[in-house]
Order: sequence, then structure tokens, then C-alpha cells
Amino acid sequence: MKSSVIIFPGSNCDRDMDVALKKFGFKNQMVWHNEPEIPKSDLIVLPGGFSYGDYLRCGSIAGKSKIINSLIDFVKSGRLVLGICNGFQILTETGLLPGVLQRNKNLEFICKNVFIKINNNSNSFFNNIKKNVLKLHIAHNEGNYFCSNDELKTIEDNNQIAITYCNSEGLSNEENNPNGAIKNIAGVLNKEKNVLGMMPHPERMIDKYLSGDDGSIFFENILGNFK
Amino acid sequence: MVVNEKIAIEHGLKKEEFEKICNLLKRNPNITELAIFSAMWNEHCSYKSSKVHLKTLNSKSKKVIQGPGENAGVVDIGDDDAIVFKIESHNHPSFIEPYQGAATGVGGIMRDIFTMGARPIANLNSLHFGSPQHKKTKNLLRGVVQGIGGYSNCIGVPTIAGQTCFDESYNGNILVNAMTIGLVNKNKIFYSKAVGINKPVIYVGSKTGRDGIHGASMASAIFDEKIEEKKPTVQVGDPFTEKLLLEACLELMVGKSIIAIQDMGAAGLTSSSVEMASKGKLGIELNLNKVPCREENMSPYEIMLSESQERMLIILENGKEKEAKKIFDKWNLDFEIIGKTNDSKKIEIYFNNEKTVDIPIDFLSESAPQYDRKWKKTKLPQKIKFKKDEFKSLKINDCLKKILSSPNICEKRWIWEQYDHTIMGDTIQKPGGDAGVVRVHGSKKAIAASVDSSANYCYSHPLTGGKQVVCESWRNLISVGSEPIAITNCLNFGNPEKEKNMGEFVECLEGINDASKYLEFPIVSGNVSFYNETKDKGIKPTPTIGGIGLIKEYEKMITMDIKKINNHVIVLGKTDGHLDQSIFAKEILGEKKGPPPEVNLFNEKNIGQTLLKLHKNNFIESAHDVSLGGIIVAISKMCIKGNKGIKIGKLKNLMNKFEFFFGEDQARYIIEVKEENLDKVQDILNQNSVHYDKLGIIMKNYIEIENEPKLSIDELKNYNNNWIKNYMVN
Repeated sequence: MKSSVIIFPGSNCDRDMDVALKKFGFKNQMVWHNEPEIPKSDLIVLPGGFSYGDYLRCGSIAGKSKIINSLIDFVKSGRLVLGICNGFQILTETGLLPGVLQRNKNLEFICKNVFIKINNNSNSFFNNIKKNVLKLHIAHNEGNYFCSNDELKTIEDNNQIAITYCNSEGLSNEENNPNGAIKNIAGVLNKEKNVLGMMPHPERMIDKYLSGDDGSIFFENILGNFK
Repeated sequence: MVVNEKIAIEHGLKKEEFEKICNLLKRNPNITELAIFSAMWNEHCSYKSSKVHLKTLNSKSKKVIQGPGENAGVVDIGDDDAIVFKIESHNHPSFIEPYQGAATGVGGIMRDIFTMGARPIANLNSLHFGSPQHKKTKNLLRGVVQGIGGYSNCIGVPTIAGQTCFDESYNGNILVNAMTIGLVNKNKIFYSKAVGINKPVIYVGSKTGRDGIHGASMASAIFDEKIEEKKPTVQVGDPFTEKLLLEACLELMVGKSIIAIQDMGAAGLTSSSVEMASKGKLGIELNLNKVPCREENMSPYEIMLSESQERMLIILENGKEKEAKKIFDKWNLDFEIIGKTNDSKKIEIYFNNEKTVDIPIDFLSESAPQYDRKWKKTKLPQKIKFKKDEFKSLKINDCLKKILSSPNICEKRWIWEQYDHTIMGDTIQKPGGDAGVVRVHGSKKAIAASVDSSANYCYSHPLTGGKQVVCESWRNLISVGSEPIAITNCLNFGNPEKEKNMGEFVECLEGINDASKYLEFPIVSGNVSFYNETKDKGIKPTPTIGGIGLIKEYEKMITMDIKKINNHVIVLGKTDGHLDQSIFAKEILGEKKGPPPEVNLFNEKNIGQTLLKLHKNNFIESAHDVSLGGIIVAISKMCIKGNKGIKIGKLKNLMNKFEFFFGEDQARYIIEVKEENLDKVQDILNQNSVHYDKLGIIMKNYIEIENEPKLSIDELKNYNNNWIKNYMVN
């Protein structure tokens, strides 16, 4: 399975993502943001970081990059796109995903382990994962997901809420919401379910010596769909 | 403009220093030349008060590739890998403008590391604030933490460890010390020495603005009530540009086009160009019309003194300009040829086709003033005779709760969760342990790192305090199972023109040096920050030590969390119950006098090395060094982390319980051992003449001390975790 990680000026989780993808057997390539074409891929990843220094608004300048047109065509073809953290912010800025990501409620950067519950497993990102709750890691300043009531109704009706913050038992409430996200949303899908944006960083949880290795389950699942 | 003595004094020079300049030049300098002298001759750049003493420091071992004198120190960790590291202060700017001061402190130290060709793999920081009750403390703490996070999170380097202390002596001068560790191939290290004439001098990075002018001289001055007016001297950081600069420099370094490279830190273009030429014994010619400027009509004076961030000066091989420019164009950074090297041994600066500066380099470096300042010895204070009857009204449990929730002992999660500590995917020990640990990517090796200071001990007796802080660093590295390699020091002191402060500096340094030699723990880089003084009140002497150690197989790293019920807990090292200068004396008895605990370097080395022997045999389940708060605080932290309790056995000696539990005797560790290994562990300890005491056996949920009510771990955890959160919210 072939993957591409797009690097924007200021991306800083690009290498970590490359390491993770290769570890689980993806044939990964790194692609600089102003290449006109994306190499042949089954999965495109927009990595975390601070593209363009988060200036103006997180993800907004990267959302206007040359490569985004090719990305939109790629999405239309039905293949998979994954945006992590800043990548998620970029995807909302391009309109490929609904909603916006605001400053964390406590106005502080948050770096810690969290639990997430899989809300929709009828998609290529989470389909065969047996666990209902995963331990992942977040590190962001703007992860407070927000959308209008109408949009919320639409994404709920279309089953677009992919994952929500919860406790170790899978209970989602205010207490285990790290950043103030509406409905504890940690990740959303597009209507067609081939684009996923999420705040947690699975690439930082890929072996037992790190904070945990539930990220492995996530990557193995995606890969499994191509075997 | 004619320069006179008055203007020179306004630039921070002394009357005699100005006379010396005129004598050297055999004329009066012009204003730009004066600016260059004042920048190169101030304390921050010239080390004029400290140099005579710094020369004596132990900086050699088999593993040292580069000691002090370069952008950072370099040590060999085997397999062609080398570690580049250094700590630096950004105290004065952080007090004036906490967010930008701290942010640019982090930016500056990271540039020192990647200038040498190393990719930064970890950041650490040591922070000292005034009393929590002081009106400025809360905002300074918030600003500094957000500044550090804002910069390092954006660059994408994990902040893996640190320390935060509070003491009223920092009310008017906080300390912000930042350390960076980088990884480099030992055959591809870049230095700042210019070689060869007619080589192009290249300016890369951000444009030059009017920010930070006089930053270095501000950092060499004491504060008064007008410090707010100094805000414009604080630089403004742009971590995004630094990230681009980092990637561009490392990309250029893959090839062989760089002869020398130096970041523009304190005193910007002035010190970088002078230092490169000085090291190479060459001359340098600059055309300031070529310098990319952010603002219009900048004068040579402003360009030479600007401390705009994220800029580098490179001496390139001839003919490589095009290839190099292509890389900087890709990363959207300025790239300009602003001059060339020559054999004049002078710095010559042109502006609008006129020569505005003409100074022999030697005048700026070798002829810079050096002072052997007068200093006063500090006597060892008399030991306090504690009235043990007073202890009778105290309860161990209450004292423990109070100490665990005191500002200097409590868990600092509120701080380190604002730092990205997991990016780069190799952090295997997070902040909050004895040392942070990151893997050397793609290998079995890992680097452990810790930053430490002991201002109370240093204030009470500088010589002992200096030794102690090096030992503390050594112990923290041993506690995670690493072999200590080398240290970097950040020497934060008051006004060197005062004999007492200068004495504190000299004696702390002597202590540091003694311990460094004995432990074979060389000092490879560092920085001095004097004049941490406001309205005649100086800080406690605060040398900060940043230590690094090597773990050969990261799978064998030790952590401090208690692992298993029924395991045995042993205290290595002898407990004499030294309470003077302890947290217990301060927090519970309100006693601030007395000598610090004695440091015995033989025991320190022997016990540390024996612990590593035990570890080699896989006998250690968890370990933690005993420091502030003594045995009871150390074991409480281990229990909290491991979510388990301990039944503490009957104390075999007749020592007072408070002295036993809260005494801060040095060279001690607590280790957890399996029952089946107990005899073998005791054999090794006996063979190596290490004194040890059995402390107790691990059990569920409670700490149990004879004749005291049980203490629940959950309750202790609350006491330990909540202070800082509550402080910041209320």
C-alpha cells in the first residue's frame, strides 16, 4: 500500500508519521507542498505541526497551497485522506471536513494521554478494530472542535463523528473533555467517509516504550483494508 | 558623530574602559565603533569578570569532542554518534517580558545546537521565580511557561524535563535557563572558526529589525524601578522562521559548502562576525547595505546592534553560493552575500560606500578587559541545635502532606503538560521523573538528561552547594540507569562587583569543579549570568547544572514508579538525619539557617557506580534518588507514581524519626528489589562497602509507619498534584 505525507513549511510531525507508516508496512513518500502533483497513493496524510506558523488561523494558509487542488481531486476519487492535528485543521480550512478548531477552552497548550471512543466503525479507518476505547495522545493549542447546530445535526445524521474523548471505560462527558470540543468530538469524517481528521496523534503511540501503543492498532487496521 | 566619555558610559562602558579604547585606536571611536566595543566588552559577551575562573574548569574526558569555547559542547556516544548540548540563561529579558523573553531563550539555545550541525532532539529548562505570594509571580510563571511552550512546541522538539523553584530572592530577578540537546554524526560537526581568505560571508534567516538593540548590555546591568522602559530591548521570537532555518541549515550541511557557521545571538551581527574572524585569526569586511532589513533607514549602529532573532552568519566555500541560495529560496528565507574574509585581521564595515568601522579584531577580543575581582569567602555556618522536644507536637503525616504540597516539592504537571514532550516519537521518560529520556532514533541507545540547582545550599555555603548540585545531577542520571557523561552549567549570580557575590561565584565554581573532576563528569559548555540584582538586592547564588547520561540499551531504563507488591525497598547510603537547610526545617520549623548537608565525593561515586552494577545484573525494579524532603518524600513519590503503598519497618537505629525521614543527607538512593534477589543485592552492596538500610515492603494503597495512622496514596497524590493548579486558577 502506497502512502504520501505532505510537508508544509512548519509541519513538524511529518517525520514521525513517515516512521509510523513505514513501520507498519506502507510504502511512504514525502511530498513538498508546492509540487503540482501527488504521487500515486492509496492514502494521503496531512501531518501535525504549525504550518505557516499557525499565522492568520491554524491551517488557513496551508489550505490555499498549490497541492490542495490535487488533494481535492484525490478525495473525489474515493481514496483515503487522513489529517492529524494541524492536518485536521487544514482539512476544515479547505472545506473537505465540516466545522472549525478553536483555541482550547483553558487557553493552554495541552500535551497528554487521552482515551477516545470509536463512534463510527463503518469506515476504512476504524472498521476492524476490536477495542471500543483506545488510549492515544494529544498535543495541541487549537483542538476545540466547533460547528453550528445545523452542521452538528447533519454530521450526526450522517454518522460523521468518528471518535470522541472519553474515560477509560468509554464514558464521554465534560470531565473527560480536554479542550472544550462540542460533544467531546476528537475526530470527524466527511460524508463519504474517506476523509478523516483527528486531533490525537496515533503516530506517537506505536511501541510499548512510548506512552502506549494503541496507535499501532489504528495503522494496522488501515493497512488491513488493502491486503 | 563625536563620541565622548558620557556617551561611552551610557553604553555601559566604564571610564577606564573608554580610555583604553581610545588608547588602542589612538583616536576616539565613532558611534558605530563605540557600539561594537560596548557589545563585545560587556559582561555577557566578554566574560570579563568570570574568565579567569572559568579557565580552571575541568573540561576533558575521553568522550569529550568539544569543550567550552564553541557554540556548544560535544561528546561522543559511540557508533559515530555525538551529542551536542548547552544551557543558557535568558533571565533579564524574561523578567521584563516573560513570554518573548522565555521564547527567544529557547530559540537562541536551539540555534547554538543546530549551528553545529546537530538536530535538536530534546529541550529542558530550569526556572526560578519569586515567592508565590509576590504580586508578579503568577503572571511571570504563566508567561514564561507559555513562551517556552510556544517556541519549542512550534519547532517540534520535545521538552523532556525541567525544574521550577520558588524563593523570595527571585522576586525582582527571575531565572529562565534553557537547555537543548542535539544529535550529530561525529564526523559532520560544524564549527565557528573562519578559514581562508576571500571567502563569501553569507547572511541567512530573518531580516534585521530594530528589536533587541542593546539586549546584551541590558543583560549585563542591574535592574531599577525603570525596568519597564527596557521592554524594547527584548527580542521578539518567530519559531516558524526558526523551524525553516533549522531545516534549511541542516539541508545545506549535508553538502560540503560550509566553512564556518555562527548564529547571531547576543550582540547579533557584531559578535558573530567578530568571533568567527577572531577564531580564524582573519579579517572580515562587511557591506551593511547588503544586510536584509525589516525597517527603513536603519543606521549601521542599529544594524550592528540589532538582536533580531533567527539569523545566521555563514562562511561559504567559493563557488557554492548558487547551490546554497537555492536551499534558502526553497525555505523562503533571506540569503545575501554581505562581505568576505581577508587577511587584514580587522573588522571593516562599509555603508553607503563609506568605511564606517575600522577596528583590529584583537582589540575587540583579546584586548577586552579582564578582571580578577575581589571576593570574600563564605564561612560554613554553625549547625543548628534543633530542640527535639518541639518535634513532639508534630505529626509525621501532617508534615509529609504539607511538604508534598509545598511549591518546591509539588508535582509540576500543570507546567509540563503545556510543553509538547512526546513529539519526535522517542520520549521514553517524560517530565516528572528523575531525568527525561529520549531514544537515539533508530538505535538501541537513549540519552538521559536532567537540570538541577540547589540555591539554598549554595547560599548557605557556596563551596558545598557547588559540589552538591553536580552530585544531584549525577544521581538523577544514575537513577534512570544511565552512565553520566558530561555537564553544562548556567551560572546565575548577583553583582560581581560586590565581594560577597563574587565570592559566591568563585566558591560555587570551585565546588562544581571539585565534583566534576572527582566524578569524571566534565563541563563542556555553559554560560554566566551576572547582575541578577534589583535595587541592591541580589538573587541567591544559583548555578544550574544540566547533565546528560547514556543508556546503552533503552529497554533497560529504570523508572521510579514502584512496580510490585511484596518487593523490598532499600535505602542506599547512610542516613545521619541532617535537617539544616532542609525543606523540613524551612516549611515546618521556619528555620532557614545552618549548613547544607555534607558532600562526600567518594561515597557519591562509589554508591552511584554500585547502583549501576546492581542494574547490570537486573536487580533493580525501580529507583529514585533521595533529595529534597528526604526519605519519606522520595518513597512517597515512588508510591504515588506506582499507585502502591509500603509498610515501613521498625527503624533499627535510635535516631529521631523526623531526622530519619526528612533529613537531606547526600549520596542516597531508594531502590526496589525482588525478594528472590535480596541476598545477591546485599552481597554486592557489602562487597562494595555501600551502607544500606532496609526500609520496608511494598503493599497496597497505603504508607504505613509504626505508631502512625495509615496514609492513603490517593490522598497523598491529591496533596502532591493540586498545589500548582489551584495556585494558577485562583
